[in-house]
Amino acid sequence: MLEIKNLHVKLEEEDKAILKGVDLTVEAGKVHAIMGPNGSGKSTLSYVLSGRDGYEVTDGTALLEGEDLLEMEPEERAAAGLFLAFQYPVEIPGVGNMTFLRTAVNAQRKARGEDEMSAADFLKVIRAKAKDLKIDAEMLKRPVNVGFSGGEKKRNEILQMAMLEPKMCILDETDSGLDVDAMKLVSDGVNALRDAGRGFLVITHYQRLLDHIKPDVVHIMADGRIVKTGGPELALEVEHNGYAGILEEVA
Amino acid sequence: MALPKIKQDATEARLSALDLPEGGWSARARGEALARVRAMGLPGARDEYWKYTRPDTLVGAEAPQAAVFDADEMPVFDAVDRLKIVFVDGVFDADLSDDLALEGVEIDRLAEARDIHWAQDLYGVLEAKGQSPVERPLAALNTAFASDGLLIRVTQTPSKPISLVYHHRSEVSDAILHHVVKVEAGAQMTLLENGPAAARFNKCMEVDLADTARLHHVRTQGRDHERRAATHIFARLGTESVFKTFTLTVNGVLTRNEVVVEFTGDDAVAHVAGACMGDGDFHHDDTVFITHDAVNCESRQVFKKVLRNGAVGVFQGKILVKPGAQKTDGYQISQSLLLDEDSQFLAKPELEIYADDVACSHGSTSGAIDDEGLFYLRARGVPRGLAEDLMTIAFIAEAVQEIEDEGLQEEIVGRVEAWLARRRS
Repeated sequence: MLEIKNLHVKLEEEDKAILKGVDLTVEAGKVHAIMGPNGSGKSTLSYVLSGRDGYEVTDGTALLEGEDLLEMEPEERAAAGLFLAFQYPVEIPGVGNMTFLRTAVNAQRKARGEDEMSAADFLKVIRAKAKDLKIDAEMLKRPVNVGFSGGEKKRNEILQMAMLEPKMCILDETDSGLDVDAMKLVSDGVNALRDAGRGFLVITHYQRLLDHIKPDVVHIMADGRIVKTGGPELALEVEHNGYAGILEEVA
Repeated sequence: MALPKIKQDATEARLSALDLPEGGWSARARGEALARVRAMGLPGARDEYWKYTRPDTLVGAEAPQAAVFDADEMPVFDAVDRLKIVFVDGVFDADLSDDLALEGVEIDRLAEARDIHWAQDLYGVLEAKGQSPVERPLAALNTAFASDGLLIRVTQTPSKPISLVYHHRSEVSDAILHHVVKVEAGAQMTLLENGPAAARFNKCMEVDLADTARLHHVRTQGRDHERRAATHIFARLGTESVFKTFTLTVNGVLTRNEVVVEFTGDDAVAHVAGACMGDGDFHHDDTVFITHDAVNCESRQVFKKVLRNGAVGVFQGKILVKPGAQKTDGYQISQSLLLDEDSQFLAKPELEIYADDVACSHGSTSGAIDDEGLFYLRARGVPRGLAEDLMTIAFIAEAVQEIEDEGLQEEIVGRVEAWLARRRS
């Protein structure tokens, strides 16, 4: 599904390398987790894959189902099936949540040469999906993320993911700012989307989220590289020994 | 002090092209206003208050030509249940208008001069008061020479808004209209205005709000690109009254909207807001003066300007808090979204405060489209052009939200969306 090879990235404005040769392959139907200390390059990886400005790829490739992601505009990557759940979802005043989502869904459909979804169909689908995430009609009507609590913003991200039905989902520290109940709700939302045709890359600091979203593969990232890869037990090791122990071990 | 010769000559040149209408009850006010014009002289390029906006085409003896504009979309408030009153090039059109009858409201025309009228106590009175401390000669000119206008007295809350609709049919029309709106205690009304008015339009509206009265005013100006307009609103607010005015301006080579608000009763609220969309040969000036002369009043000024292809936006906004106007809550924000490096925003925010227990804040910014928001939308699959439009809607949202009625908010946003979409395709 997602194939990253030898990815080197530096900040555009300063000559600072952030990713120093990332190799990672996420298969369809699998959940991969990336853990790592602050500043290891986890969030940069998610931004580079989704096409945010400010980064320069100096070497390497990233393919989504064989297509070169790095050559595409952000909206083309989205239409190709990539989704990033933001660590800090952005507030957009004056644009209704529902309007925004319908615009996004139909823009992607149009880009793929599919028919647009009718207003009635859209309403029916979003109501059902919103209900599962305990998002009420009021929240759907309000401007995108404006005045939402931390938990509401993250639930809104998952709702977008559910509506857009991407092939490859990247979750960037979706657990940050969530209490236990919200984490359960968000995780249930993600688990409901687990599917043989869909890949997940879950970026997190803590093992806690991985109790709810059980990964198939766990990677440890440090200083711009994947330094260790293992099964779910690797996340438990981080929980018990911290990153320091693992980093010493691979040094 | 005698006027400089050049200003005196320019003023007399303009005055010689005008005839004083037969005033009836308004004759005296008109005569006094004419004397004010002669004393002040019409605005000139060297006047401090006209530093950012050239007044010459607004004060010249003849109106510059302006092509008649026929819109390809439904006029903005057509879907609203309303009492419609139409002026064509500044001339009242009875055939296009509804009957001037609405329960709870008395509506008369200025042009139907009688010997006595309730508006006698207001016509030119609020305008005259608004001449100090800053002179507004175009408003005095308006009081003297207005050919028509509406005198609206609201005694009980009417069932629907009054909607003033302007049509522009002549390339050389030079219209001067003067409205007076008086809302009595406990009553409230919504007043709508839209449509291209004339090649050159000088409009003045005096608003008197009794204690606990409320007036919501929503207007649109545009898309007739070549027109020039100078408008004034003079509002006097009694105790616990509420005045909210919002203006959307799209296109227009020259527009100057002045709003002058005076709080005379305690615990009153005034919100003055506007959004404008300028592309190319566009100059838009919002000049606001709010005087707090009562206790515990709230004023908000929220202005947003979207400018591209060399468009120019101007904001001059002042909050004056007089001695004793304690607990004043004054807020002022003026922001521009500059869509390229050719466009320009000039802002002069002013605070003058003579009371010690007040909260006043002001801010002014110029910037490009927010990158974070733009990326967020694109990452969801929204193409760049459309994402920029949505971020532009987001930029003006704070001003649009000053409109109390959600349906009217949607009407306004719809117009902005259409304006943006026409430029994207």
